[in-house]
Amino acid sequence: MSRENILNLVLALALLAVPYIAQAAGQPFTITLATRIAILALAATGLNIALGLGGLVSFGHAAFFGVGGYVAGILSSHAFSGDPMLFGLPGSKQMLVVWLVAMGTAGLLGLAIGVISLRTSGVYFIMITLAFAQMVYYFAMSWPAYGGEDGLSIVVRNQFPGVNTMRPMNFFMICYGVLLVGIVLSALIRSSRFGAALQAVRQNDVRVAAVGISPMPIRLTAFVLSAMLTAVAGALYADLNRFVSPSMLSWHMSGELIVLIILGGTGRLMGPVAGAALYVIFEHLLGGLTERWQFFLGLILLATVLFARGGLIGLIAGKVRHG
Amino acid sequence: MADPVLSIQNLHKSFGALKATDGVSIDLHPGEIHALIGPNGAGKSTLIHQICGTVKPDSGTITLAGREIGRLPVAERARLGLGRTFQISSLAGEFSALRNVMLAVQAGQGSSFAFFKPVMRDRSLTDAAMDRLERVGLAARANVTASELSHGEKRQLEIAIALALDVKAFLLDEPMAGMGPEGSKVLTGFLDSLRQEAPILLVEHDMDAVFALADRISVLVYGRVIATGTVNEIRNDPAVRQAYLGDHA
Repeated sequence: MSRENILNLVLALALLAVPYIAQAAGQPFTITLATRIAILALAATGLNIALGLGGLVSFGHAAFFGVGGYVAGILSSHAFSGDPMLFGLPGSKQMLVVWLVAMGTAGLLGLAIGVISLRTSGVYFIMITLAFAQMVYYFAMSWPAYGGEDGLSIVVRNQFPGVNTMRPMNFFMICYGVLLVGIVLSALIRSSRFGAALQAVRQNDVRVAAVGISPMPIRLTAFVLSAMLTAVAGALYADLNRFVSPSMLSWHMSGELIVLIILGGTGRLMGPVAGAALYVIFEHLLGGLTERWQFFLGLILLATVLFARGGLIGLIAGKVRHG
Repeated sequence: MADPVLSIQNLHKSFGALKATDGVSIDLHPGEIHALIGPNGAGKSTLIHQICGTVKPDSGTITLAGREIGRLPVAERARLGLGRTFQISSLAGEFSALRNVMLAVQAGQGSSFAFFKPVMRDRSLTDAAMDRLERVGLAARANVTASELSHGEKRQLEIAIALALDVKAFLLDEPMAGMGPEGSKVLTGFLDSLRQEAPILLVEHDMDAVFALADRISVLVYGRVIATGTVNEIRNDPAVRQAYLGDHA
């Protein structure tokens, strides 16, 4: 087993162990922290498909994260009130339904944003994805039906068959399970033909076109898959907080996801988990000491970019190896 | 004579007042190596870009195996059988030599939209790629990262990649560039055998290689083909000698 695989396994087991230890030690709040890590890691795993494998620096993934959150909030509010939604469809309190709708909605949004944004590259791509996400943000702000800038509460957390989701430990296990599925899917994609083409497009799209593979459909597919995965994380995040607001859609969120990936290791399978863990731990520890904790996070980010380009995973496991 | 595999007819391309391609017509016949030579600034690169699809011609046609390709995107032309190498090696630098070739094999097999099966365990990809590497003499370096290959090895890898496609016509852009004399000699021998695979349109500055390999030569000057003929015809053409060859011939 390679060094990176051992590290990945350790990370996965550590994240699983934390809530059990917390429960035994009577620290229920730590379970929430671990849940937050799992959800942010899932969102970043989604982004990592576009950014890490495809080199598509999307500065607008908050749009997909937030759309996932709003799908959870809107479906559950309709299920609660009994009012039908668009086209007379009923709401739903079932997480499985919520996730599917979140993926579908974000997939369509990702398709629309991707078709236009992927005509550009570099700084222009960063700016145009940001612009689209800000459009979604201001739309949510000014849409009174679902709370506008006040956001939307989810009275009772959505349900999962056979599980009491209101118990923190259960909800953590759901998030952790979905995270594992997301990681396995992204591992499969990475080693597949599609993944080979996608990573080659990042390295040299002229070469890819010269062997007869059109780069655009490859990039677009990656962008849409990436959006769908991030949206599931958004739905879970709304369920965790039992609240969704436009802040989930703001550019801070997009930036946070990119920071997670850089801290953990761009393009590394478990980079998002390592990054999310670091981020939440910093936020918790430094945030307890000072309100200006983000200043110190900035210093750490700076050190990562200057001295440890591969993030935490790169620091421990060395450079990426392509089989 | 059989129909040409690649046929460029009356191609024009201007950048403002500069006529980079001025009514160029070139045919590439089965089994031949057709060299395209010309001084710097003659419009060779612009012509190649138009054949590959990165620059759109103003007018004229490009046909490959009887099919008009002059308005198709780059990837589509490659799928139809236009195999090219680059003047400056263009590879997926983080991938191994093997994976670079595997990408081309995968493209040749049709679909890149398979999301679950690992490529490294797909013998149809790895075996075919290894075979191409062996043919260019690069098998021992299969697992070396492309960016760490030597200059000559990168050129060999480019050819291995082109071989992995179902190529109808090769377009080789200065394959000898930057090669030492020994490397050039080996590559010349290899290209000589490559013509059995598919005809080659060879853009090259190395006159020894051109004279050794070419069945026919076209000379491009200021965007025009001033002469096309066999090696001897070109060597003895007074206009060519004046414009380009000088004392070399």
